[in-house]
Amino acid sequence: MPDDRDGHHHHPLPETPAALRTKAIESLLVEKGLISSDAIDYIVQKFEQDIGPMNGAKVVARAWVDPEFKRRLLENGTEAIAEMGYWGSQGAEIVVLENTPTVHNVVVCTLCSCYPWPVLGLPPTWYKSAPYRSRVVREPRAVLREFGTELPDDVEVRVWDSTAEVRYMVLPERPSGTEGMSDPELAALVTRDAMIGVTRVQAPALVR
Amino acid sequence: MDGVHDMGGMHGFGPVMREENEPVFHEPWEGHVYALGGSSNLGLFPNLDASRYALESLPPAVYLAASYYERWLLRTERRLVEQGHITEEELADRLAFYRANPEAPVPRHQDDALLERAKARFTGRPKPLHRPDGAPPHFSKGDVVRTKNIHPKGHTRLPRYARGKVGVIDRVHGSHDFPDTIAHGLGANPQGLYSVRFEAEELWGPDAEGRGCVHLDLWESYLEPAEGQNTHGEQDHARRP
Repeated sequence: MPDDRDGHHHHPLPETPAALRTKAIESLLVEKGLISSDAIDYIVQKFEQDIGPMNGAKVVARAWVDPEFKRRLLENGTEAIAEMGYWGSQGAEIVVLENTPTVHNVVVCTLCSCYPWPVLGLPPTWYKSAPYRSRVVREPRAVLREFGTELPDDVEVRVWDSTAEVRYMVLPERPSGTEGMSDPELAALVTRDAMIGVTRVQAPALVR
Repeated sequence: MDGVHDMGGMHGFGPVMREENEPVFHEPWEGHVYALGGSSNLGLFPNLDASRYALESLPPAVYLAASYYERWLLRTERRLVEQGHITEEELADRLAFYRANPEAPVPRHQDDALLERAKARFTGRPKPLHRPDGAPPHFSKGDVVRTKNIHPKGHTRLPRYARGKVGVIDRVHGSHDFPDTIAHGLGANPQGLYSVRFEAEELWGPDAEGRGCVHLDLWESYLEPAEGQNTHGEQDHARRP
């Protein structure tokens, strides 16, 4: 591995901070004309501004108010989500899992960090962390409790380990007290964590 | 490979640590490392599974000590040298330069073709995963299957915690490229991919936490028929119709 370990430390990572190591390889690739600086900026900006859980939240809100859309979403998530203009890398095939009073779904990738980018953006650090990846398949209720989600014993917990290229997104239960709310109002209630399945969507009174 | 990346079911990693209002990238370098492959003609990895295998191949202590994007950075550094895009000497010299001049900027290079290609990645619909010419799936929804007890040295997507376990086919996804071979340049070998449901008790025995199951997406090559077994892995003596 090309690195700059000085041999005096037992820490397994190179001494030079990652920010400087990134500058080193990027500057070399720029000099060789192998990389587009504008493309880097473009990709970073897409994920910082355009692609994120606000997309998935709109999908969920529509499913809550439009039963026909919800039916299509559960039957073929990829196509229903594409109807709303969302597709792309890590979203070639998206399956939507409906949470109900008796079934609670939660998504993980124990082997790496697979996640439905077009609807949720890039995953949070905890989703990619060893504690979540190791534990949620074995003790999902304990993990969800750490997120403040208590599941009654009679609720079936279904954990989805994303081991292939199929991506999973949870359709959370619509909270009570949201009758008559508009799509955008509903979408504002829907959180990233609820679409991963570690939390529920809270009723508006609790959000305020 | 039976590496530390295969974490499902392991003990000892502690509670899940969350960060309120976490930014997409914590520092600019993370975004740059993330975007590097898509901003270039480098062809770092021929497919996703090859790139995953490169991460899995980091030494275990490095894998665990590194942050997510540090792993990506280590993988990219190693790959750029392997492929001859940069040399060890160039990299060492440049690292020394930035250690001495940490505020020195990175020069920019404009390449409209690469920019257009990066943009196109966000506009076009991705190719479907199903391969119509692949081997057709042999199992059907409701079939009882057992995962093989295999320990390949190379890339695989059958986690350790789900090997030798009995489950039920819940959904047939179609015929998908096979990670174990495509990662190593041994062909895509498209074949049946299934969502397989495993009861928690089958995976974790009496230590299972409660009512529940785990679904994994598993390829035909990982599975064998297990009719006559119940989904807790015992012989099923009930008469089958």
